[in-house]
Amino acid sequence: MGAVKMIGAIISLMGSIFLFLGALGVLRMPDTYNRMQAGTKATTMGSILTLLGIGIYHLPWLPQSLILIMFITATNPLSSHALARASHFSGIPLTEKTVVDRLREEYEKDEAAVSKEGENE
Amino acid sequence: MAETIMYIAASIAMIGVFTAMMRFIKGPTVADRAVALDCLTVISISLIVLVGLFAKRMIYIDVAMIYGILSFIGVVAIARYLEGGL
Amino acid sequence: MQRVLFIILLALMLTGLYAAWTHTTVEGNILILFIAALVISALFTTRKRFIPLEPKRIAYAIAYIPYMFYAIIRANFDVARRVVQPTIPINPGIVEVRTKLKSSIGKTVLANSITLTPGTLSVDIRGNRLFIHWIDVRDVEEKGATEDIVRGFERFLEVIFG
Repeated sequence: MGAVKMIGAIISLMGSIFLFLGALGVLRMPDTYNRMQAGTKATTMGSILTLLGIGIYHLPWLPQSLILIMFITATNPLSSHALARASHFSGIPLTEKTVVDRLREEYEKDEAAVSKEGENE
Repeated sequence: MAETIMYIAASIAMIGVFTAMMRFIKGPTVADRAVALDCLTVISISLIVLVGLFAKRMIYIDVAMIYGILSFIGVVAIARYLEGGL
Repeated sequence: MQRVLFIILLALMLTGLYAAWTHTTVEGNILILFIAALVISALFTTRKRFIPLEPKRIAYAIAYIPYMFYAIIRANFDVARRVVQPTIPINPGIVEVRTKLKSSIGKTVLANSITLTPGTLSVDIRGNRLFIHWIDVRDVEEKGATEDIVRGFERFLEVIFG
Protein backbone atom coordinates (compact mmCIF):
# COMPACT_ATOMS: atom_id res chain seq x y z
CA MET A 1 0.00 0.00 0.00
CA GLY A 2 2.81 2.39 0.87
CA ALA A 3 4.57 1.75 -2.44
CA VAL A 4 1.39 2.47 -4.45
CA LYS A 5 0.89 5.74 -2.57
CA MET A 6 4.50 6.67 -3.25
CA ILE A 7 4.10 6.04 -7.01
CA GLY A 8 0.96 8.19 -7.06
CA ALA A 9 2.69 10.99 -5.18
CA ILE A 10 5.68 10.98 -7.55
CA ILE A 11 3.39 11.07 -10.63
CA SER A 12 1.55 14.03 -9.06
CA LEU A 13 4.87 15.78 -8.41
CA MET A 14 5.89 15.37 -12.07
CA GLY A 15 2.51 16.70 -13.16
CA SER A 16 2.80 19.76 -10.95
CA ILE A 17 6.27 20.47 -12.38
CA PHE A 18 4.72 20.44 -15.88
CA LEU A 19 1.93 22.74 -14.66
CA PHE A 20 4.55 25.16 -13.37
CA LEU A 21 6.51 24.96 -16.66
CA GLY A 22 3.31 25.74 -18.58
CA ALA A 23 2.73 28.81 -16.43
CA LEU A 24 6.37 29.83 -16.91
CA GLY A 25 5.92 29.46 -20.68
CA VAL A 26 2.84 31.69 -20.53
CA LEU A 27 4.95 34.29 -18.73
CA ARG A 28 8.11 34.09 -20.84
CA MET A 29 7.05 33.51 -24.46
CA PRO A 30 7.16 36.56 -26.74
CA ASP A 31 3.67 36.68 -28.30
CA THR A 32 0.10 35.47 -27.78
CA TYR A 33 0.31 32.41 -30.04
CA ASN A 34 3.54 31.08 -28.55
CA ARG A 35 2.11 31.62 -25.07
CA MET A 36 -0.92 29.62 -26.11
CA GLN A 37 1.32 26.78 -27.30
CA ALA A 38 3.13 26.53 -23.98
CA GLY A 39 -0.04 27.10 -21.98
CA THR A 40 -2.12 24.43 -23.70
CA LYS A 41 0.35 21.59 -24.07
CA ALA A 42 2.13 21.76 -20.74
CA THR A 43 -1.00 22.34 -18.66
CA THR A 44 -2.87 19.50 -20.40
CA MET A 45 -0.06 17.04 -19.67
CA GLY A 46 0.43 18.47 -16.19
CA SER A 47 -3.20 18.07 -15.20
CA ILE A 48 -3.34 14.57 -16.73
CA LEU A 49 -0.36 13.48 -14.61
CA THR A 50 -1.51 15.26 -11.43
CA LEU A 51 -5.03 13.83 -11.56
CA LEU A 52 -3.74 10.35 -12.42
CA GLY A 53 -1.36 10.57 -9.48
CA ILE A 54 -4.18 11.59 -7.16
CA GLY A 55 -6.25 8.67 -8.46
CA ILE A 56 -3.42 6.22 -7.74
CA TYR A 57 -2.66 7.79 -4.36
CA HIS A 58 -6.28 7.55 -3.21
CA LEU A 59 -7.72 4.64 -5.22
CA PRO A 60 -11.47 5.28 -4.58
CA TRP A 61 -11.09 8.51 -6.54
CA LEU A 62 -9.59 6.87 -9.63
CA PRO A 63 -12.84 6.78 -11.71
CA GLN A 64 -13.53 10.46 -11.10
CA SER A 65 -9.92 11.34 -11.92
CA LEU A 66 -10.13 9.45 -15.22
CA ILE A 67 -13.38 11.23 -16.16
CA LEU A 68 -11.77 14.60 -15.34
CA ILE A 69 -8.74 13.66 -17.48
CA MET A 70 -11.02 12.79 -20.41
CA PHE A 71 -12.85 16.08 -19.98
CA ILE A 72 -9.64 18.14 -19.87
CA THR A 73 -8.04 16.44 -22.89
CA ALA A 74 -11.24 17.06 -24.88
CA THR A 75 -11.87 20.71 -23.95
CA ASN A 76 -8.41 22.25 -23.52
CA PRO A 77 -7.37 22.14 -27.21
CA LEU A 78 -10.84 23.37 -28.20
CA SER A 79 -10.71 26.46 -26.04
CA SER A 80 -7.17 27.30 -27.14
CA HIS A 81 -8.16 26.85 -30.79
CA ALA A 82 -11.12 29.20 -30.31
CA LEU A 83 -8.87 31.77 -28.63
CA ALA A 84 -6.16 31.49 -31.33
CA ARG A 85 -8.68 31.96 -34.13
CA ALA A 86 -10.33 34.90 -32.39
CA SER A 87 -7.06 36.66 -31.62
CA HIS A 88 -5.75 36.21 -35.17
CA PHE A 89 -9.07 37.47 -36.52
CA SER A 90 -9.05 40.54 -34.28
CA GLY A 91 -5.55 41.38 -35.57
CA ILE A 92 -3.30 40.72 -32.60
CA PRO A 93 0.23 40.84 -34.07
CA LEU A 94 2.71 37.97 -34.18
CA THR A 95 6.25 38.43 -32.89
CA GLU A 96 8.99 39.96 -35.12
CA LYS A 97 10.71 36.59 -35.39
CA THR A 98 7.75 35.25 -37.41
CA VAL A 99 8.81 33.61 -40.67
CA VAL A 100 5.56 33.26 -42.56
CA ASP A 101 1.85 34.04 -42.07
CA ARG A 102 -0.31 32.25 -44.62
CA LEU A 103 -3.55 33.10 -42.86
CA ARG A 104 -2.92 36.87 -43.19
CA GLU A 105 -2.34 36.37 -46.93
CA GLU A 106 -5.64 34.49 -47.03
CA TYR A 107 -7.51 37.38 -45.39
CA GLU A 108 -5.94 39.82 -47.87
CA LYS A 109 -7.11 37.60 -50.75
CA ASP A 110 -10.65 37.65 -49.32
CA GLU A 111 -10.62 41.42 -48.96
CA ALA A 112 -9.34 41.84 -52.52
CA ALA A 113 -12.16 39.62 -53.82
CA VAL A 114 -14.76 41.62 -51.88
CA SER A 115 -13.47 45.00 -53.14
CA LYS A 116 -13.37 43.68 -56.73
CA GLU A 117 -17.02 42.67 -56.48
CA GLY A 118 -17.83 46.15 -55.22
CA GLU A 119 -16.12 47.71 -58.25
CA ASN A 120 -18.04 45.51 -60.69
CA GLU A 121 -21.33 46.62 -59.22
CA MET B 1 6.47 10.46 3.20
CA ALA B 2 4.03 10.18 0.30
CA GLU B 3 1.86 12.88 1.85
CA THR B 4 4.85 15.24 2.10
CA ILE B 5 5.48 14.81 -1.65
CA MET B 6 1.81 15.62 -2.27
CA TYR B 7 2.21 18.85 -0.28
CA ILE B 8 5.33 19.73 -2.28
CA ALA B 9 3.40 19.09 -5.52
CA ALA B 10 0.61 21.40 -4.34
CA SER B 11 3.15 24.13 -3.52
CA ILE B 12 4.77 23.86 -6.97
CA ALA B 13 1.35 24.14 -8.62
CA MET B 14 0.65 27.17 -6.41
CA ILE B 15 3.87 28.83 -7.65
CA GLY B 16 2.56 28.13 -11.16
CA VAL B 17 -0.67 29.97 -10.28
CA PHE B 18 1.35 33.02 -9.22
CA THR B 19 3.47 32.86 -12.40
CA ALA B 20 0.38 32.78 -14.60
CA MET B 21 -1.16 35.54 -12.47
CA MET B 22 1.82 37.78 -13.33
CA ARG B 23 1.08 37.36 -17.02
CA PHE B 24 -2.61 38.01 -16.27
CA ILE B 25 -1.70 41.36 -14.66
CA LYS B 26 1.00 42.30 -17.21
CA GLY B 27 -0.60 41.02 -20.44
CA PRO B 28 -0.64 43.83 -23.02
CA THR B 29 -3.75 42.64 -24.89
CA VAL B 30 -7.08 41.02 -24.03
CA ALA B 31 -6.05 37.77 -25.75
CA ASP B 32 -2.95 37.50 -23.52
CA ARG B 33 -5.11 37.84 -20.44
CA ALA B 34 -7.53 35.23 -21.79
CA VAL B 35 -4.63 32.80 -22.38
CA ALA B 36 -3.39 33.40 -18.84
CA LEU B 37 -6.92 32.86 -17.51
CA ASP B 38 -7.23 29.57 -19.40
CA CYS B 39 -3.89 28.41 -17.97
CA LEU B 40 -4.90 29.54 -14.47
CA THR B 41 -8.16 27.61 -14.49
CA VAL B 42 -6.54 24.38 -15.67
CA ILE B 43 -3.96 24.64 -12.88
CA SER B 44 -6.75 25.46 -10.41
CA ILE B 45 -8.66 22.28 -11.32
CA SER B 46 -5.68 20.18 -10.23
CA LEU B 47 -5.22 22.33 -7.12
CA ILE B 48 -8.87 22.00 -6.10
CA VAL B 49 -8.64 18.20 -6.35
CA LEU B 50 -5.41 18.27 -4.31
CA VAL B 51 -7.07 20.41 -1.63
CA GLY B 52 -9.96 17.95 -1.59
CA LEU B 53 -7.45 15.15 -1.08
CA PHE B 54 -5.90 16.93 1.91
CA ALA B 55 -9.32 17.72 3.40
CA LYS B 56 -10.60 14.16 2.62
CA ARG B 57 -13.79 15.55 1.08
CA MET B 58 -15.10 13.96 -2.11
CA ILE B 59 -17.35 16.91 -2.95
CA TYR B 60 -14.29 18.94 -4.04
CA ILE B 61 -13.85 16.77 -7.13
CA ASP B 62 -17.38 17.74 -8.24
CA VAL B 63 -16.45 21.37 -7.63
CA ALA B 64 -13.40 20.88 -9.89
CA MET B 65 -15.56 19.40 -12.67
CA ILE B 66 -18.09 22.26 -12.57
CA TYR B 67 -15.25 24.79 -12.44
CA GLY B 68 -13.72 23.20 -15.55
CA ILE B 69 -17.03 23.31 -17.46
CA LEU B 70 -17.65 26.94 -16.50
CA SER B 71 -14.12 28.05 -17.41
CA PHE B 72 -14.36 26.31 -20.79
CA ILE B 73 -17.64 28.07 -21.56
CA GLY B 74 -16.18 31.35 -20.33
CA VAL B 75 -13.09 31.13 -22.53
CA VAL B 76 -15.17 30.22 -25.59
CA ALA B 77 -17.45 33.20 -24.83
CA ILE B 78 -14.42 35.52 -24.63
CA ALA B 79 -13.20 34.13 -27.97
CA ARG B 80 -16.61 34.76 -29.56
CA TYR B 81 -16.55 38.29 -28.20
CA LEU B 82 -13.09 38.95 -29.66
CA GLU B 83 -14.26 37.69 -33.04
CA GLY B 84 -17.17 40.11 -32.89
CA GLY B 85 -19.88 37.44 -32.99
CA LEU B 86 -21.40 38.15 -29.59
CA MET C 1 -31.26 -0.39 -37.03
CA GLN C 2 -27.80 1.13 -36.91
CA ARG C 3 -29.26 4.11 -35.09
CA VAL C 4 -30.92 2.00 -32.38
CA LEU C 5 -27.61 0.24 -31.74
CA PHE C 6 -25.85 3.61 -31.46
CA ILE C 7 -28.46 4.98 -29.05
CA ILE C 8 -28.17 1.94 -26.78
CA LEU C 9 -24.35 2.07 -26.84
CA LEU C 10 -24.33 5.78 -26.04
CA ALA C 11 -26.85 5.29 -23.21
CA LEU C 12 -24.74 2.48 -21.75
CA MET C 13 -21.67 4.70 -21.90
CA LEU C 14 -23.44 7.62 -20.20
CA THR C 15 -24.79 5.34 -17.47
CA GLY C 16 -21.33 3.89 -16.92
CA LEU C 17 -19.82 7.36 -16.63
CA TYR C 18 -22.45 8.48 -14.13
CA ALA C 19 -22.15 5.31 -12.05
CA ALA C 20 -18.36 5.69 -11.98
CA TRP C 21 -18.67 9.34 -10.99
CA THR C 22 -21.10 8.84 -8.11
CA HIS C 23 -20.00 5.31 -7.01
CA THR C 24 -23.65 4.23 -6.98
CA THR C 25 -24.47 0.50 -6.90
CA VAL C 26 -28.26 0.56 -6.26
CA GLU C 27 -30.06 -1.24 -9.12
CA GLY C 28 -33.13 1.02 -9.15
CA ASN C 29 -30.92 4.07 -9.35
CA ILE C 30 -28.98 2.71 -12.31
CA LEU C 31 -32.19 1.65 -14.10
CA ILE C 32 -33.69 5.15 -13.86
CA LEU C 33 -30.36 6.59 -15.03
CA PHE C 34 -30.33 4.25 -18.01
CA ILE C 35 -33.84 5.31 -19.06
CA ALA C 36 -32.86 8.99 -18.77
CA ALA C 37 -29.69 8.29 -20.78
CA LEU C 38 -31.77 6.56 -23.49
CA VAL C 39 -33.99 9.64 -23.82
CA ILE C 40 -30.97 11.95 -24.00
CA SER C 41 -29.14 9.84 -26.60
CA ALA C 42 -32.29 9.51 -28.71
CA LEU C 43 -32.57 13.31 -28.69
CA PHE C 44 -28.94 13.96 -29.61
CA THR C 45 -28.22 11.34 -32.32
CA THR C 46 -30.03 12.96 -35.22
CA ARG C 47 -27.38 12.54 -37.90
CA LYS C 48 -28.44 10.76 -41.05
CA ARG C 49 -25.18 8.93 -41.69
CA PHE C 50 -23.52 6.77 -39.08
CA ILE C 51 -19.97 5.49 -39.18
CA PRO C 52 -20.34 1.69 -39.38
CA LEU C 53 -18.84 -0.20 -36.46
CA GLU C 54 -16.18 -2.44 -37.99
CA PRO C 55 -13.47 -4.34 -36.08
CA LYS C 56 -10.73 -2.62 -38.14
CA ARG C 57 -11.92 0.86 -37.17
CA ILE C 58 -12.14 -0.07 -33.49
CA ALA C 59 -8.63 -1.58 -33.56
CA TYR C 60 -7.21 1.58 -35.15
CA ALA C 61 -9.10 3.75 -32.65
CA ILE C 62 -7.56 1.81 -29.76
CA ALA C 63 -4.10 1.98 -31.34
CA TYR C 64 -4.55 5.74 -31.76
CA ILE C 65 -4.66 6.35 -27.98
CA PRO C 66 -1.04 5.25 -27.17
CA TYR C 67 0.20 6.99 -30.34
CA MET C 68 -1.48 10.20 -29.17
CA PHE C 69 -0.13 9.80 -25.64
CA TYR C 70 3.41 9.38 -26.96
CA ALA C 71 2.95 12.55 -29.04
CA ILE C 72 1.71 14.47 -25.97
CA ILE C 73 4.74 13.39 -23.93
CA ARG C 74 7.14 14.42 -26.72
CA ALA C 75 5.32 17.77 -27.01
CA ASN C 76 5.77 18.44 -23.32
CA PHE C 77 9.45 17.73 -23.21
CA ASP C 78 9.79 19.96 -26.28
CA VAL C 79 7.94 22.82 -24.53
CA ALA C 80 9.91 22.30 -21.30
CA ARG C 81 13.20 22.38 -23.22
CA ARG C 82 12.25 25.67 -24.91
CA VAL C 83 10.88 27.39 -21.81
CA VAL C 84 13.81 26.85 -19.45
CA GLN C 85 16.50 28.20 -21.81
CA PRO C 86 17.73 31.79 -21.23
CA THR C 87 16.93 32.90 -24.79
CA ILE C 88 13.88 31.02 -26.06
CA PRO C 89 14.75 29.21 -29.33
CA ILE C 90 11.72 29.85 -31.55
CA ASN C 91 11.18 30.31 -35.26
CA PRO C 92 7.40 30.72 -35.45
CA GLY C 93 5.02 31.14 -38.35
CA ILE C 94 1.58 30.18 -39.63
CA VAL C 95 1.64 27.57 -42.39
CA GLU C 96 -1.07 26.01 -44.52
CA VAL C 97 -1.66 22.25 -44.71
CA ARG C 98 -4.17 20.13 -46.58
CA THR C 99 -6.10 17.15 -45.21
CA LYS C 100 -7.72 14.28 -47.06
CA LEU C 101 -10.37 13.75 -44.36
CA LYS C 102 -13.95 14.47 -45.45
CA SER C 103 -16.13 14.19 -42.33
CA SER C 104 -16.30 17.08 -39.88
CA ILE C 105 -15.77 14.81 -36.85
CA GLY C 106 -12.55 13.56 -38.46
CA LYS C 107 -11.36 17.13 -39.03
CA THR C 108 -12.23 18.04 -35.43
CA VAL C 109 -10.20 15.15 -34.02
CA LEU C 110 -7.32 16.00 -36.39
CA ALA C 111 -7.28 19.66 -35.30
CA ASN C 112 -7.40 18.70 -31.62
CA SER C 113 -4.57 16.20 -32.10
CA ILE C 114 -2.47 18.79 -33.94
CA THR C 115 -2.93 21.22 -31.04
CA LEU C 116 -1.66 18.65 -28.54
CA THR C 117 1.44 17.57 -30.49
CA PRO C 118 4.94 19.13 -30.53
CA GLY C 119 5.10 22.75 -31.54
CA THR C 120 1.86 23.04 -33.51
CA LEU C 121 -1.42 24.84 -32.81
CA SER C 122 -4.37 24.83 -35.20
CA VAL C 123 -5.57 28.40 -35.77
CA ASP C 124 -8.19 28.24 -38.53
CA ILE C 125 -9.87 25.74 -40.84
CA ARG C 126 -11.32 26.46 -44.27
CA GLY C 127 -12.73 23.50 -46.18
CA ASN C 128 -9.91 20.97 -46.34
CA ARG C 129 -7.16 23.50 -45.59
CA LEU C 130 -5.93 23.95 -42.02
CA PHE C 131 -3.84 26.90 -40.86
CA ILE C 132 -1.29 25.85 -38.26
CA HIS C 133 0.83 28.01 -36.00
CA TRP C 134 4.18 26.25 -35.93
CA ILE C 135 6.71 27.19 -33.25
CA ASP C 136 9.71 26.00 -35.28
CA VAL C 137 8.99 26.30 -39.01
CA ARG C 138 10.98 23.71 -40.92
CA ASP C 139 9.12 24.00 -44.24
CA VAL C 140 7.22 27.05 -45.46
CA GLU C 141 5.63 25.30 -48.44
CA GLU C 142 2.31 23.52 -48.17
CA LYS C 143 3.52 20.07 -49.31
CA GLY C 144 6.42 19.72 -46.89
CA ALA C 145 4.41 21.07 -43.97
CA THR C 146 1.61 18.60 -44.70
CA GLU C 147 4.09 15.73 -44.76
CA ASP C 148 5.59 16.87 -41.47
CA ILE C 149 2.49 17.67 -39.42
CA VAL C 150 -0.58 15.85 -40.71
CA ARG C 151 0.65 12.59 -42.24
CA GLY C 152 1.18 10.68 -38.99
CA PHE C 153 -2.36 11.29 -37.75
CA GLU C 154 -4.04 10.84 -41.11
CA ARG C 155 -2.76 7.26 -41.30
CA PHE C 156 -4.99 6.43 -38.33
CA LEU C 157 -7.88 8.86 -38.82
CA GLU C 158 -8.46 7.90 -42.46
CA VAL C 159 -9.24 4.36 -41.35
CA ILE C 160 -11.25 5.38 -38.26
CA PHE C 161 -13.52 8.00 -39.82
CA GLY C 162 -12.91 7.05 -43.46
